[in-house]
Amino acid sequence: MTALRVPKEQTARLLAALLEQHQVVAPVEEDSQVTFGRLGSPEEAVLDYRNAQVSPKGLLFPQAETLLTYSLAGESPEVQEAPQAQDGQVVFGIRPCDARSFVLLDRVFDGNGWHDRCYLSRRRNTTVVALACPKPGVACFCASVGGGPFSTEGSDVLLTDLGQEYLIEVVTDKGAALAEAWSEYGEADEGSLRRRAELQAGAEAALAGRVEIEGIDRWLKGMWDDVFWERLHEKCLGCGVCTYLCPTCHCFDIVDEGSDREGQRLRLWDSCMFPLFTRQASGHNPRPTGKERWRQRLMHKFCYSVDSYGEVGCVGCGRCVVNCPVNLDLRHVLNEICSDRTQQGT
Amino acid sequence: MTDVSQAIRDTARSLLADGVVDIVIGFEAGTLPLRSSPCFVRDAADTDRLVWNMSCENNLARYLPWIEGKVGIVAKGCDARSIVGHLKEGRLERERVHVIGVPCQGILDRRSIEHRLGGKEILEAQERETELLVRGEGFEVALSKEEHLHASCRACRSRNPVIYDTLVGDPVAEGEGADEYVDVREFEAKPPADRWAYFLAESSRCIRCYACRNACPLCYCRICFTDVTQPQWLGRTANPADTLLFHIVRALHVAGRCVDCGACDRACPLGVDVRKLTRKMEKDVEELFHYKAGMSPDEPLPLATYSLDDPGDFIQ
Repeated sequence: MTALRVPKEQTARLLAALLEQHQVVAPVEEDSQVTFGRLGSPEEAVLDYRNAQVSPKGLLFPQAETLLTYSLAGESPEVQEAPQAQDGQVVFGIRPCDARSFVLLDRVFDGNGWHDRCYLSRRRNTTVVALACPKPGVACFCASVGGGPFSTEGSDVLLTDLGQEYLIEVVTDKGAALAEAWSEYGEADEGSLRRRAELQAGAEAALAGRVEIEGIDRWLKGMWDDVFWERLHEKCLGCGVCTYLCPTCHCFDIVDEGSDREGQRLRLWDSCMFPLFTRQASGHNPRPTGKERWRQRLMHKFCYSVDSYGEVGCVGCGRCVVNCPVNLDLRHVLNEICSDRTQQGT
Repeated sequence: MTDVSQAIRDTARSLLADGVVDIVIGFEAGTLPLRSSPCFVRDAADTDRLVWNMSCENNLARYLPWIEGKVGIVAKGCDARSIVGHLKEGRLERERVHVIGVPCQGILDRRSIEHRLGGKEILEAQERETELLVRGEGFEVALSKEEHLHASCRACRSRNPVIYDTLVGDPVAEGEGADEYVDVREFEAKPPADRWAYFLAESSRCIRCYACRNACPLCYCRICFTDVTQPQWLGRTANPADTLLFHIVRALHVAGRCVDCGACDRACPLGVDVRKLTRKMEKDVEELFHYKAGMSPDEPLPLATYSLDDPGDFIQ
């Protein structure tokens, strides 16, 4: 792995070099919140941030996207698939948890025999430059769900803020191609690499043992009829904050909007916390209350995902924890599921 | 623990032990600084979970229409007004609820506190007499609680519950005198293009998570218009054309009913100014009908009342 070092005062130059050749999406400040936005100039990038309010999943899987348009205006009906994303994008400065979420999304949209045309048109054109996370937030728990504050999973390049300089580590070939624009910068010396190792150790120590999910898929399998679900959801408002801010929640709905003459077919984010998610045409709803919806959300992320992809569908970014309007804390829910059962030995 | 917390616990304990209520809805300690969390207590032995502080930000009346049996509920000023709303709209029978009224000092706006700290992470927060002591890595700051009240609490003129069965704590002074709609008047004075630009910018941040709607004590429709698919009243994208329409229709639906508790605003993860529209409705209803929602169970609902000598001829 090649490692370069860039003095911080040259960050703008480094970004400018990228902007010359690519569309760059980076953390920017908007109405006193940090969000991922198209970078106009290097100065707009906010790199001393904890994490963005909304996850970057919309860059690959937009909240609403047109799949096709149809028209009956001419002689014969016309159906046109939506044009594919052509332009490449560099996603710069996302945290390792969010970079890892792209890998989890890949398993859904590009695995198990299904290769989603719209998703892949964006994914293949996306290069990820992640920014390591030396100071995880209080609600973060990436290390408890298979990730880590310096994880390179999902990243093509990993940056580390060493105080006076950034360490640049190339992770993939895609990353190497990108790093060609930075060939002017020198190789990292041993001191920089040692500092990076210290920061990583510190961050990992801070995250150790935050949530215990050992064996969670097995516990959940035995919990379908557990009384646990009866009360868990009681305070839940049934809104979509947790699922919509989640970088890995990927459920969607497909609707046609338009008239009988012309219109479009849209794919839209959907949420298992909404009543409409499973309401059938007859009016029957197999998940009529928060009880069934919470069970579904936890089962999907921490049981079915393990069955299908071998790991949980959560990267521990903590967005659902921090933003739940009633402070229904997923970390506590997970600990309750696992610790109670481990102690009982059931 | 404050005296009010203890008084709430004592009240809840005896209500449950004496069988006056089946359940008490209150707040318990949150899992993060500046957070408390709604809790549901069914056992008198479990009442020590209950707390009261300036982070009890949710409007608990939101849960009332959905809970069966006799309910004890911890109600600050705005929660109590929402309960009056439920009574007036036939969502709740008076004998089914025991209101544990709590005079309210206002609720802290955690976002304004985070903003004041320049995004530095708060690891601990402690309420003092007039100050809030916040600590994080390498800092400790004492902030004025008054300066960091939620905007709805700064405009509030009904901090003392208008309805209760047990009052816990001493009544507090109401913020009389100043113009409570000064923010609305300022906004009304702006040119239409500026107002439009403001609404477009705000609604463009909306992600349609419906936290505002679901936090609202008065959004109790069994099926919300947004969830009707035949006909599809509202497009489902997050484009401003759809999100703004959602916020406008919601504001109209709570007009004359909204008590400006601010629960919608505090629930929004994107900081969308949800109250801008509802406040305007509130002011219009007060000026046109001399009516403030939720102040008395006996006044008729202005927008659900018909009289032969109504001045407008559009309805005759």
